[in-house]
Amino acid sequence: MLIRHTDPEAPSGSDITPETAYRQRSRRLPASDGGAGDPWAQPSISRRHLLQAGAAIGAAGLILPGTAQAATRIYNPEAERPDAPAWLRNQIARRGVATNNPTGETLTPYRDATNYNNFYEFGTGKSDPADKAGSLRIQPWSVRVDGLCDKPGNYALEDLLKPHAMQDRIYRFRCVEAWSMVVPWLGVSLGDVLRRFAPKSNARFVHFTTLLDSKQFPAQRTPILDWPYREGLRLDEAMHPLTLLATGLYGRSLPDQNGAPLRLIVPWKYGFKSIKSIVRITFSDKAPVTTWMGMAPEEYGFFANVNPAVAHPRWSQSRERRLPNSLFSPNWKPTLPFNGYARQVAGLYRGMDLAKWF
Amino acid sequence: MVLSGKRLTVAQLDRWRWLWHLLLAVPLLYLLWQIGLRPEQLGPDPAKSVLHFTGEWALYVMLAGLAVTPVARVLNQPAIIRWRRAGGLWAFTYALLHGLTYGVLYMGLDWQRITADVIEHPFVWIGLLALVLYLPLVITSTRNWQRRMGRNWVRLHRLFYVIGVLGLLHVTWLEKVGLLETWPYVAAFIILMLLRLLKRRKPAAVARHAGSSS
Repeated sequence: MLIRHTDPEAPSGSDITPETAYRQRSRRLPASDGGAGDPWAQPSISRRHLLQAGAAIGAAGLILPGTAQAATRIYNPEAERPDAPAWLRNQIARRGVATNNPTGETLTPYRDATNYNNFYEFGTGKSDPADKAGSLRIQPWSVRVDGLCDKPGNYALEDLLKPHAMQDRIYRFRCVEAWSMVVPWLGVSLGDVLRRFAPKSNARFVHFTTLLDSKQFPAQRTPILDWPYREGLRLDEAMHPLTLLATGLYGRSLPDQNGAPLRLIVPWKYGFKSIKSIVRITFSDKAPVTTWMGMAPEEYGFFANVNPAVAHPRWSQSRERRLPNSLFSPNWKPTLPFNGYARQVAGLYRGMDLAKWF
Repeated sequence: MVLSGKRLTVAQLDRWRWLWHLLLAVPLLYLLWQIGLRPEQLGPDPAKSVLHFTGEWALYVMLAGLAVTPVARVLNQPAIIRWRRAGGLWAFTYALLHGLTYGVLYMGLDWQRITADVIEHPFVWIGLLALVLYLPLVITSTRNWQRRMGRNWVRLHRLFYVIGVLGLLHVTWLEKVGLLETWPYVAAFIILMLLRLLKRRKPAAVARHAGSSS
């Protein structure tokens, strides 16, 4: 692979995952033999792909071990929620702190990232999630892992996360409603977690489910969505190093309104793919019918990759409103293919008609 | 049901009309207060907040305007019907502000984009159509026009019902979950329309009950 030193997003040597890690990765990844054009097929993972994947991590943020605190702070950490368990606080404190901002774009302030949310479990208004937050009990929290894997079970959140090093990941976040933010998330690589459950060779998809409990999510009493919220990824998408199992943002654990205590962040896909408050992970050989696909299949596809060339029936996707903006300056920005992560992820969809598989 | 009681005269009721105007203006005053003094309350996408706010209030005030006639009947105060016009004009004010917010604040007066948006998205042109159809009603809302047009004035102003349907279609279509979100407005509109149909079907009964308790 050619490392382009002129590219500001190219990783420096220390950012590249060690060779042994790649090998382990490719060994543990399920074999697949999908032909080009078959959207459900995972392209066979080549070494080249994995090198790109390594570069992807570099692009996500220059990561230093938590002990080597950076002199230059990208953001000021926010106050932790009072009910955050000690182990989580410690793990966040030891995270790899971002020392640069690979997006090169202004971070959306914490206040906006936590007060302007789509989380219909709390209501359909943008401020409903923040207004109604506080009802979610994040401790104890466990995730049921089942389906086509060798190590299914009920995993306490601590056991799920403990073996992994947390790191900051500064990503663009693009909502299907044509607004976007830049958020310093933190969490662990989803692929690293999934590998521990030893997916079987015929597992091709990962399904995710949000907590169903109308005492904690009051709006689940109303039939605005087919509860519980369900999402899914093709296994190779889930394994991609950019895919983050997020546990926090701005140096603290997730507030209720952002999907505490565990959510997905898939930066090259529309926000609704990044399911919140996950309680179940299922390995399957079938693609899930996700909540929004079930609601309106002609509007929401399984892939939902950010694509300025494919319009949504309600919104042109060619540009986005970067938040925050102001009353007299809407701050429209052109939307980038794969939300600016094409270099890292376009290979996953080689040969696919992206207008058909939107 | 029609309530009994002394009928107020037009002059007596007119003394309180300013209160009705003030009530209908409160949302706008609140919005202006937010824009001027509490901009942070409008969130990270203030133009969109203003867009939603004005659109929502156009709908509420339209429904309030449609409720005037049934309320006048129930209270047995026909003079209240004179307050309908204020409802219609204020609903238009919010709808116009909604349209202006869309063009100026939300789209930043980018005519090329606006044209494309209107053409590509049915809910946008339905909203625009509702606003355009509203104009002749606003222009002919004066007593002078009412006299000049006679029966045709009544016919023309039935357009208000069409505008109401278009407005509801506009918001239902643009909401991601559609009727699941907008059903209260649609239900209110249907009830208000049914009340009118019932009245037309039973004019004799209404006339008999008018002025007496029931």
